[in-house]
Amino acid sequence: MSLDKATVRSIAALARVHVPEEELEHLAGELSRILGWIEQLNEVATAGVEPMTSVVEMRLRMRADEVTDGGLQEEVLADAPERAGPFFAVPKVVE
Amino acid sequence: MSAVIEGRSGPWEMVIGLEVHAQVVSRAKLFSGAATDFGAEPNTQVSMVDAAMPGMLPVINRACVEQAVRTGLGLKAEINPVSVFDRKNYFYPDLPAGYQISQYGRPLVGKGRVLLDLPDGATREVGITRLHLEQDAGKSLHDQHPAKTYVDLNRSGVALMEIVSEPDLRSSEEAGLYLRKLRSILRYLGTCDGNMEQGSLRCDINVSVRRPGEAYRTRCEVKNVNSIRFVQQAIDYEARRQVEVYEGGGTVGQETRLFDSGRGATRPMRTKEHAHDYRYFPDPDLVPLVLSEEFIAGLREGLPELPDEKKARFVGAYGLPPYDAGVLVADQETAAFFETVAKGRDAKQAANWVMGDFFAALNRTGRTIDDPPVSAAALGRLIDLVADGTVSGRIAKEVFEAMVETGKEAAAIVEEKGLRQVSDTGAIEAAVDRVIAANPGQVALFKAGNPKVLGWLVGQVMKATGGKANPKMVNEILRQKMGA
Repeated sequence: MSLDKATVRSIAALARVHVPEEELEHLAGELSRILGWIEQLNEVATAGVEPMTSVVEMRLRMRADEVTDGGLQEEVLADAPERAGPFFAVPKVVE
Repeated sequence: MSAVIEGRSGPWEMVIGLEVHAQVVSRAKLFSGAATDFGAEPNTQVSMVDAAMPGMLPVINRACVEQAVRTGLGLKAEINPVSVFDRKNYFYPDLPAGYQISQYGRPLVGKGRVLLDLPDGATREVGITRLHLEQDAGKSLHDQHPAKTYVDLNRSGVALMEIVSEPDLRSSEEAGLYLRKLRSILRYLGTCDGNMEQGSLRCDINVSVRRPGEAYRTRCEVKNVNSIRFVQQAIDYEARRQVEVYEGGGTVGQETRLFDSGRGATRPMRTKEHAHDYRYFPDPDLVPLVLSEEFIAGLREGLPELPDEKKARFVGAYGLPPYDAGVLVADQETAAFFETVAKGRDAKQAANWVMGDFFAALNRTGRTIDDPPVSAAALGRLIDLVADGTVSGRIAKEVFEAMVETGKEAAAIVEEKGLRQVSDTGAIEAAVDRVIAANPGQVALFKAGNPKVLGWLVGQVMKATGGKANPKMVNEILRQKMGA
């Protein structure tokens, strides 16, 4: 499978990554090679094999329903590019 | 209850499916230990996980999983022993991670069903496609500043259940019934408080129209509608709009729309290109959620009696009509109130009192079943006074109003106001004699074979005795005296 420039442009837009027009061709080649490599992995017969989700045999650990965190308003807002009182402030995004 | 839209070119049928986002009742969030309480000071219930600080890892809250499984069981649905959390990627300021942890290919709960209680007493089954767990986003405030959006992340990471119905609904009324029934089940289970004003229950609506019998046509999605009334308005507007598009020779394109409650209309969302490409993939921070048989069985055992089962019991044990039973079981408090009133008494009488005078009094006083103007026990004692003949049914209504007004016991009000029913034959006979003497024309009509006059004459006697005469005795004595 190979990607064209339009697809790369679209992926970049979805990821909010700015890609200059002249780099699209090159990136399309690189991404296509990555996909080719994945396609190679797809050749391995895995029918009937449970997907491996972790290299260690482990299950999802669960936490008790207790409030153990929060109350960090200052810390949470500390790195905000802009804040307004207790809120984060961002350019208006209303529909 | 399917509603047909009569277009210029013939009838159209609505096809509706609902996606409900129900906030899970839990103390802490789905993947962090921050609190979930509504209305806290902005950004005080935010952990570094909820703020998506680099390197922070999610750990799932067991209670949220239990709540979702219990809800699935309440919807008579399959519980999937293995489910997977995925990342749903999109950019919005109230989603700090740039993705929402949700479930895509392998949800926690599979196919289930909800029974609608139709006004004629029948039921109709609506399929549930799936239920999955996901995180809520933060809250954006757009009206605080002319050029800025303010963001509060308190809600970010709170657990939601997304409950998806099959496209089985055929009218806005059915959609309303579905939402009420779903909310009732959630409240019985205690898994969601169902408070639409606070946003604990939000609804996305999928609507299409078609010619009866035809395959589904393209649907439009109306996002984030937050009251049952608005859901119904949005459906009716949107279906009519689509009919007009088709009848004008156009085609309906799949799109996301917003409901403007001020105008009662839907309008297209300013759609960004690729808005629907969420690029789901399994969240590498979370291995699959595996539930044991015992875990699920334990939750199943702890389920309360749910509305449908309670309704069936009310019909079977109390002999109530299905519709009445459905009304009484809509919430647990009302059902419990009824059962207290009905205990050891005539259940039909109890149901009539609760659904009639008592509901009217709740409405009028603006009070709730948790804080009723007349307690179940006190209402029961009033019904006893009717049953033992102390007061007539008509006077009992007057006593009830006085109970609402004063909070006093029925017996005390009867004594105070002298409302005790007259069952003394002599007193009633005297009143009957007076009425017969005063209305020779009506008496003659009765004797001539017009039975309808009897009711009128009974009314006159009741009037003469201030409504206190035992109506059954009045009836008998009248007939007797008029030689019937």
